[in-house]
Amino acid sequence: MSTEKMTGAQALVKSLERAGVDVMFGIPGGAILPAYDPIFDSPIRHILVRHEQGAGHAATGYAQASGRVGVCIATSGPGATNLVTPIADAQMDSVPMVAITGQVSSDAIGTDAFQEADIRGITMPITKHSFLVTDPSKIAQAVAEAFHIASTGRPGAVLVDVAKDALQKMTDFNYPAKIDLKGYKPVYEAETSALRDAAALIAQSTSPVLYVGGGAIKSAAHKELLKLAEVTGAPVVTTLMARGAFPDSHPSHLGMPGMHGTVAAVTALQKSDLLITLGARFDDRVTGKLSTFAPNAKVIHADIDPAEISKNKHADVALIGDLRLTIEALIPEVKAAFKKSQPDLTAWWNQLNSWRTKFPLGYDLPSDGSLSPQYVIERLGKISGPETIFAAGVGQHQMWASQFISYENPRTWLNSGGLGTMGYAVPAAMGAKVGAPDKTVWAIDGDGCFQMTNQELVTCAINNIPIKIAIINNESLGMVRQWQTLFYNERFSNTDLHSKRIPDFAKLGEAMGCVGLSCERPEDVDSTIEKAMSINDQPVVVDFRVHRDAMVWPMVAAGASNDDIVVARSLAPVWDSQEL
Amino acid sequence: MTDSVRSTHTLSVLVENSPGVLARVASLFSRRAYNIDSLAVGPTEDELYSRMTIVVNVEEHGLAQVIQQLDKLINVISITELNPVSSVQRELLLVKVSTDANTRSQVLETVQLFRAKVVDVAQDAVTIEATGNAEKIQALLRVLEPYGIKELVQSGLVAMSRGLKPGSPKN
Repeated sequence: MSTEKMTGAQALVKSLERAGVDVMFGIPGGAILPAYDPIFDSPIRHILVRHEQGAGHAATGYAQASGRVGVCIATSGPGATNLVTPIADAQMDSVPMVAITGQVSSDAIGTDAFQEADIRGITMPITKHSFLVTDPSKIAQAVAEAFHIASTGRPGAVLVDVAKDALQKMTDFNYPAKIDLKGYKPVYEAETSALRDAAALIAQSTSPVLYVGGGAIKSAAHKELLKLAEVTGAPVVTTLMARGAFPDSHPSHLGMPGMHGTVAAVTALQKSDLLITLGARFDDRVTGKLSTFAPNAKVIHADIDPAEISKNKHADVALIGDLRLTIEALIPEVKAAFKKSQPDLTAWWNQLNSWRTKFPLGYDLPSDGSLSPQYVIERLGKISGPETIFAAGVGQHQMWASQFISYENPRTWLNSGGLGTMGYAVPAAMGAKVGAPDKTVWAIDGDGCFQMTNQELVTCAINNIPIKIAIINNESLGMVRQWQTLFYNERFSNTDLHSKRIPDFAKLGEAMGCVGLSCERPEDVDSTIEKAMSINDQPVVVDFRVHRDAMVWPMVAAGASNDDIVVARSLAPVWDSQEL
Repeated sequence: MTDSVRSTHTLSVLVENSPGVLARVASLFSRRAYNIDSLAVGPTEDELYSRMTIVVNVEEHGLAQVIQQLDKLINVISITELNPVSSVQRELLLVKVSTDANTRSQVLETVQLFRAKVVDVAQDAVTIEATGNAEKIQALLRVLEPYGIKELVQSGLVAMSRGLKPGSPKN
């Protein structure tokens, strides 16, 4: 390959172009400044955010909506440390992200120089990998490796920290044609013998469950998953990270498992004799008290990350590989095993259906006629439709958005599942809209979350990124308030935000260049949503002023067994004796 | 899982010889709350790679996790668990023992019995160098203790499989 002389900064930008980057989110500053000069001429669209945290979550939203690597860029010191939360967030949810940070000049590293922070050291436990580049000739290699590592295997966050002098010095640009890392060889195809063992277990199981996690979306396995569900006839549960991987409208879908899952989904896992685990990781929010989780179930665990196998729950059969390829290869094995003996799932389905009918998701309307948050979210889903992308913050509104919107397509539900980052929704929705400009993008946010990152609406208004924000304003840190109601005798310590008084969200939205709307009567919900839907040239902020005492149900209390699921306050399901 | 038996395992870990690798391994052990008994790192026959010998104290289920998590580090090339029977395992000990005219000959006799070496002699102390496995080092220290140990320093364990076994990047 021919080489070209250029500065390290030019090599960095050129490498990003070669890596296929079309957009990045960032803010310039001293140490990264040399890179911003070639960015000025680059075909890469750089979106100037208002806070680096916004750049990071926007990169995540972009990646989750588009399936491509999200890129954010910041300067050294505080610029870089402001990326720490979104980096941790992306890594926890296996989102492919590359974060580029400037670093002080190599001769100043370690001297406590102005705006110096050891960002590689700081992010070591929260990245898939990281680079500190002090030699301009190594920039292209580091960028190429970073994109390779972020996007392959189990995706994750990769940091590339580049010293200022490396950006300023001249170098020969040489972008590697191929990346071969001796210590990084993800396995993509599951072993045939393991696939056979899995099929044999499936052929023996009379109460199987397909326990589907975020890996199904990352590997684009939704079509294969649908086929597997139909071949096996097994019920499907989709975790918070997997909403949309399997159509909610499908009769085999029992909903979301976990702390706020449906009774049918939670109980199906509990009573199952075989968990067919597909790209899920037995998170504590799903398993409840681990020692009592699915006590009679054998476990098939399909995951691309070998370290997830038997990390929390022992796996009887491990299928290590890309989930789409794994399911594709598993289907013929299951069909072959079923030719010998196919289990009868009638009794299992009778039981599942009885749980489904007896304990459907629902909510009570407030008796004072005020607005119910669940109703607002349900109407948003209905009116906006299954092609819409929803990005949620963290808390009650997130759980309701997962429960009361019907997801039919992958990459239509974005949220911070693992890290639980309040403030995720607005910047993530911004990134999603940039990654999928033809889609309607709604952020469903809480009044607490919104006040953490709403400044990115300025970025949206200026850069023509017309997202829509539904603030579910219960003037509280609602989920914390719910726990205080249930576990702290209604002592509401520091959860009252007064946000029906201050700020005026509609006016705040207007001040940031958005259309500001507000709604507090049930009869105005549809027309308000329709009005927001009709505006496509500006971001829209809708302040839905809802009843503050609504709670998320069902609930398995933290650390409790999934057997102790509560469908409403002090209301445990009454099981038929044979079900226990 | 918490009540299962813990035991010591020796891992021979081949890593890229690049800055920050030791920090990554240390950070992983700290973040995942794994217990390290010792960690020794040094160059190999190939300057591109270093070898770490890590002694961990975990239960059986935990060992698989330690290995899998280590393997996720991009700079880690390979991990081999070394069985004490089929590997050579050595530690280095330097120990300064109080001696006087009466005890010096007894201490020197102990040094000979353990096939250790005296590397420095002073009026009131001798400094002894010993290599061996953990049991031998512990036994030597037990015998020397009554004379008065003034100072001691110990290396971490280093280990290598016996015979021609894989473990080198060339294999």
